[in-house]
Amino acid sequence: MAEKNFKGIPASDGIVVGQVFCYIPVKLEIPVCAAGTVDEEMGRFYTAREHARVEIQGLYDMVENRAGKEEAVIFRAHQEMLSDPALEGKAREYVEIGLTIEQAVAKVTDELASMLSGMDDELFAARALDVRDVGRRILRILLGLPDTALAAVVKPSIIVAEDLTPSDTASLDPKLTLGFITAQGGITSHSAILARTLGLPAIVGMGNDLLVNVSNDTFIVMDGRTGEMIINPDLETVTRYKQIKAQRDSHLQVLKIAAKKDACTASGRRVEVAANIGEVSSAHDAMEHGAEGIGLLRTEFLYLEDTQPPSEDKQYQIYREIFEVMGTRPVIVRTLDIGGDKPPAYLPFPEEMNPFLGWRAIRICLDEPEMFKTQLRAILRAAVGHQARIMFPMVSDLDELRHAREIVETVKRDLELASIEFSADVPVGIMVETPAAALLVDVLAEASDFFSIGTNDLTQYTMAVDRGNAKVSGLFQPLHPAVLRLIKQTIDASHAKGKWVGMCGELAGMTNAIPILLGFGLDEFSMNPRAIPEAKHLIGKLTDEMVHEIAGQAMSFGTAAEIENYVKAILAELA
Amino acid sequence: MIEATIPVRNEVGLHARPAALFVKTAAKFSSTIKVKNLTTNGNFVDAKSIIMVLTLGVMKDHEVVIQSEGADADAALDALRALIENNFGEA
Repeated sequence: MAEKNFKGIPASDGIVVGQVFCYIPVKLEIPVCAAGTVDEEMGRFYTAREHARVEIQGLYDMVENRAGKEEAVIFRAHQEMLSDPALEGKAREYVEIGLTIEQAVAKVTDELASMLSGMDDELFAARALDVRDVGRRILRILLGLPDTALAAVVKPSIIVAEDLTPSDTASLDPKLTLGFITAQGGITSHSAILARTLGLPAIVGMGNDLLVNVSNDTFIVMDGRTGEMIINPDLETVTRYKQIKAQRDSHLQVLKIAAKKDACTASGRRVEVAANIGEVSSAHDAMEHGAEGIGLLRTEFLYLEDTQPPSEDKQYQIYREIFEVMGTRPVIVRTLDIGGDKPPAYLPFPEEMNPFLGWRAIRICLDEPEMFKTQLRAILRAAVGHQARIMFPMVSDLDELRHAREIVETVKRDLELASIEFSADVPVGIMVETPAAALLVDVLAEASDFFSIGTNDLTQYTMAVDRGNAKVSGLFQPLHPAVLRLIKQTIDASHAKGKWVGMCGELAGMTNAIPILLGFGLDEFSMNPRAIPEAKHLIGKLTDEMVHEIAGQAMSFGTAAEIENYVKAILAELA
Repeated sequence: MIEATIPVRNEVGLHARPAALFVKTAAKFSSTIKVKNLTTNGNFVDAKSIIMVLTLGVMKDHEVVIQSEGADADAALDALRALIENNFGEA
């Protein structure tokens, strides 16, 4: 058979040469039979719903474990729909007029899903899929069928399907799934996002004929980088793709090895490469990618998920959990960093013309000392036996910093008086994200044990540009000479005072920036966990001589584009 | 029975997290709470049902009418009003 090429939407990177397993969901046949009493039928509904709740919780736990809370949250939404009074109420109405519960659930699911899918806005319409997923689950349980036909996959295969629900994707066995291709779906569909998080090659939107063109055991090549699928590839094609795959795999292997080692320049200078995280599950992710610590633990998630501020105990539990994952590696906890752009319901926010220049971060904490103290108590208590550090965001003035440190001391005294165990020697530092802080590092060093540069805000405030505004976002250039000068000034002034300095903005993980920052003498690079292996690998290839030269040259350019092109050219030579 | 008309100003309207928060808040009260989208002039639906609240299709700058009836009707209406007026804690 001649080889045939198809093209879909590349959804998740990776090349696979292998055989197809066609996943066709079992059609749920609703038996025609007489209904029992209303109580009997509804009794079966409640039992099935309880069973469904346990199944969905299982999926939630599995996805949270494998991919993190953010990816798992879809199953929280499923739980909410499962216990929706509309589902139960409408099902009961149908049962009361004589339908069996199976018939009732099928009808209700269809009605509710059609209501949603008929809506103009795509955002709302997308929820119809979730309703169908949940309704189908209840029905399947009522019919006594097993969880998924995916259990029939017995050898490593490329899963081909019309579409995959979030439940389907979560149920894919990572040992038997080489990748997946779907006829429907887009790059932002939940399955595509999950595939990327799990590192599973995927192509979506292949078109309606997909399941006509392939069947079980069809031999194919799939390229998740380009969206190409080749059916019955000839030997030459297979060889070519196997070569590309081997090159890619060997680079990934190099990265894997780099990730496990301590970050060190080719000249032997040790720097720390850490992770930025915002929830417990990302701490595992950070460890897997070789983080030597947490350079930024965002705590906002604790404050935005409820209608009241998080209790001390809840915070203690979560900090403790993260510290324990990280063991003796340092974890920098950033105290609450919110503002009028993202106000929690329980804080009395004023009307603000400029929330980014307004009541936010440390400014709120100093005005709401009780809420601030609760967080500090939780951190200090959880820090016992671990290397925790506290970091204040958005500091622009020495008095602010002194005031915040006084509150830390008060909290320590309170804990001591109450004989509550806490760690007394937690270093306290600040984020350098306002030009004011960058220019005042020598002064702020009096009350700061360390500094960490937040390049996103520093760029925004230095360039006076909102990167969410498309008209001006072109000016958001973290490598702009003005920003670079403030970074260099921060590092120099901090070292002159004998304090270490890190960076937890996006710039710290950008390959174009790392050589310059190394040349400036940055001590710690904190980034998205996934960027760590590449960063460590790059650091290991650079000598101190090279980075000093690069940093010096970079400072001589007049625009960000010139700086970027210069570094890019050097990196290309290196590779 | 008490009633209030409230404009929704947050970015995504009654969708995703704001919708979930709205329903969660409504579910804390024993009163019967109904809500409708005044802008599209739809029907009243159960404010404790996430699916029905989603079907209202409330977008930024739509107005909603909330009706509350029962022992804690006032507290329920106040809580939902505060939630909407504080933009559900988002932009």
